[in-house]
Amino acid sequence: MTILVAVFALLALAAVFGALLGFASEKFRVEGDPIIEQIDALLPQTQCGQCGHPGCRPYAEAIAAGEEHNRCPPGGETTVVALSELLGREVLPLDAEEGSALDVKRVAVIREDECIGCTKCIQACPVDAIVGAAKLMHTVIADECTGCDLCVEPCPVDCIDMVEIKPTLGTWSWQRPPGVGSKPDNLIPVVTL
Amino acid sequence: MNVSIGTPRLLFDFHGGIHPPQNKTLSNQRPIRPAPLPAQLILPLNMHLGAPAKAVVQVGDLVLKGQKIAEAQGAVSLPVHAPTSGKVVAIGPRPIQHPSGLDAPCIVIEPDGREQWCELHPLPDWRTCCPPSALIPRLREAGVAGMGGAGFPTAVKLSPRAEHPIEQLIINAVECEPYITADDLLMRERADQIIAGIEILRHILGPQEVIVGIEDNKPEAIEAMRRAATGTGIEIAVVPTKYPSGGEKQLIYMLTGKEVPSGGIPAQVGVVCHNTGTALAIHRAIVFGEPLISRVTTLTGKALREPGNMEVLLGTPVSALLDAAGADRNRIGRLVMGGPMMGFTLHSSAIPVVKTSNCILAATAEELPPPAPEQPCIRCGSCADVCPADLLPQQLFWYSKNQDLERAQQYNLMDCIECGACAYVCPSHIPLVQYYRFAKGEVRKEMAEQQKADRARQRFEARQDRLAKEQAEKEARRKARLEGSKPAAASGVDVAALKAASLEASAAYKAAVKALKAAEAEGSDQVAALASEVEQLKAKADAAKAAVRDAGPAATKTTPAPATAEQPAAEKADDGAARAQKMKALKTAFNMSHKQFKEASAALEHAEREGADNLDELRKQVERFQLKADKAKAALGLLVDQAKADMRASGSDLKSLKIEAAQTEAAARQKARELEAARVKGDDERIHVLSRELDALQREAQVAAGALKAATDEQGLADA
Repeated sequence: MTILVAVFALLALAAVFGALLGFASEKFRVEGDPIIEQIDALLPQTQCGQCGHPGCRPYAEAIAAGEEHNRCPPGGETTVVALSELLGREVLPLDAEEGSALDVKRVAVIREDECIGCTKCIQACPVDAIVGAAKLMHTVIADECTGCDLCVEPCPVDCIDMVEIKPTLGTWSWQRPPGVGSKPDNLIPVVTL
Repeated sequence: MNVSIGTPRLLFDFHGGIHPPQNKTLSNQRPIRPAPLPAQLILPLNMHLGAPAKAVVQVGDLVLKGQKIAEAQGAVSLPVHAPTSGKVVAIGPRPIQHPSGLDAPCIVIEPDGREQWCELHPLPDWRTCCPPSALIPRLREAGVAGMGGAGFPTAVKLSPRAEHPIEQLIINAVECEPYITADDLLMRERADQIIAGIEILRHILGPQEVIVGIEDNKPEAIEAMRRAATGTGIEIAVVPTKYPSGGEKQLIYMLTGKEVPSGGIPAQVGVVCHNTGTALAIHRAIVFGEPLISRVTTLTGKALREPGNMEVLLGTPVSALLDAAGADRNRIGRLVMGGPMMGFTLHSSAIPVVKTSNCILAATAEELPPPAPEQPCIRCGSCADVCPADLLPQQLFWYSKNQDLERAQQYNLMDCIECGACAYVCPSHIPLVQYYRFAKGEVRKEMAEQQKADRARQRFEARQDRLAKEQAEKEARRKARLEGSKPAAASGVDVAALKAASLEASAAYKAAVKALKAAEAEGSDQVAALASEVEQLKAKADAAKAAVRDAGPAATKTTPAPATAEQPAAEKADDGAARAQKMKALKTAFNMSHKQFKEASAALEHAEREGADNLDELRKQVERFQLKADKAKAALGLLVDQAKADMRASGSDLKSLKIEAAQTEAAARQKARELEAARVKGDDERIHVLSRELDALQREAQVAAGALKAATDEQGLADA
């Protein structure tokens, strides 16, 4: 008799917890693959296609599917390291065609008096950062430009330049001191007299 | 201790702090002097913290003293005023008070020496004239910024926040940094005005208590302030000399025991902190209506013969002040704006004095020698002992140095006040603050990049969505057009499928031809087999093509094209469309056969060179293709001619066709009206005649409309 009570009690518990788990798995179901979102969040979103994918999200999906995570030149080493940490993969050297990634940020600038208004660059821009209309001058919204270079190639009159972003008072920041043995310039010590 | 102000306040001692040599006697022995009027005043549009102002004057404009020359832009911003009367001679980039050494937009004024004021709006009865909050916009318009160091717009700090009632108003008169004596002298000489300013602040904020914190190394200032504050209820609290007790958070803790939360502002703990200089500026702005156009700046350092404090017009270049203080240019080892602990080296003496410039330190090389070389950290922990913000400078140093920003932020890097106490005591001469500043900059950069990346992602996704939508719309339109122009769908002939099949077949054929050619070139045994395969594929491709060609016209019209004069005129409209389609098909056929012909002749040539056996066969093929191409071309030519002839025969260019169509339609309408009238009258015979006539006219109108449509289509084809 006692053994029956025990069996029934356990069965009842199993049924209750089974129902609970089943409910939870429906109620708190995770839509999509969260790892893709996490990878996408680490990519620099230049949408430049240098990884061979049409944008950062497709590359994030490819990484999640097992592709190498070192094909993002704009992200540079830091992105590779961050992705390695996220994915638990080995840190790989950056796989960039031009050797190392360009460290300077750039922005596209249209030489406006040479623009013929062909709209080719507008179509090429992955983030809609170029405004203009057919047969009218185009211009780049500098704040939205990711510096991906994709508009330079389609321009039939080569009127787009990639210009280095100069630091402004708002974006300037202190340099890293050179380290042991150096004499930094801007240090102001007070000497006991 | 003065008994009249009650028991001395209980002070809370903050952690750490240092006692660097004061060097204050260098500059606090002389009364405040007016600085000379320089040849040019350079007014940066960004003298405060926040968005730069926008110039409202032009080059060549004459301005009066106190006139607004730049407008505030946005909530956290301040206007700029002309410090003296004169002429605007330039608006453009000039070196400004920034450690980066970058230029920033400035307005340059050439004084005329008349010091002619613009119209001011004094408010001596500020207590009674208006509600306290009405005074805040006046302070904003007067350009009053915090004069202690950061230059935060005072109006923003005073704006009421319902969730944080202000309990204490603290006036920061500590001036703990070595060398600087501007506030000291200000309190000695203008204590009444400062107290008046504090009264205005109290009126606006309504705090429970008002405390002025002064370091005990300024006995004269304390005495003057106590005298001025008698009977006002303003408490003068004397704090011990220790650097950096003048730090906002440190002073608040010392006087009230309240700690400002990490990343928060003092208002969150019910405290607002203002500088003595700011209180004076507030007094002048409200009571006299004077905007902030001058400040007291300490000129000190051993390279000066006459150090002291000067009442300086904003925009005065440092070089003019150095001259006035008798600087020995050769002895200046380093020119610093601000104090020796938190100031920065000036890269040019053309830099102007701004609202936040409390000190110009012209130090000799002996006074501020170049820093000793950095040595490795020995983990002595002295830095942690002196850190007034209770941080672990050593840990921050490691993480900053290795750019491990995440860990550095975990150790509250952003709470570092950059006071320099840690670097001051470091036995290894590590420029710790430099490392923290660098790491803070990196953190900010990373945050900005993250924001930009998020925005780019949003824009990218929005664009993808838009493109997908456009594509879908295009597809829908194409489908609608196909169905509309081709009742073929009804007759069950799927032209699209046929086309696809045809393309596939021809692709297979082409591949086979290529393989055959390769095999021939290599002299493989499989040539025969491949050739037969090619033949088969070709037959298939041709069949598919024929099916497509048949389906095209069949879909629109059952009778083939020969358009003759006897053809019913009503069918002409259809005829035009059919012809257009047929022409297109023929063009494609011609192109295909021409290409095939060329390919075949190339193969023939190749075979001839190689001396292959199937020369005859190939020749036949070439001929066949040529024939086919010629046929297609001839048919195409015929059709085009026909179309042209049709147009000419009906005597019609588009315009006349249009007119004709309109005319016949009008006539038909006229007849219809007559018929209606007859019906009303009930004239049976007439009705009969008229309805017959109307029918004829309507047919005519249809014909005309058809011709017009055909002509337009033709034109469209010609255009394409």
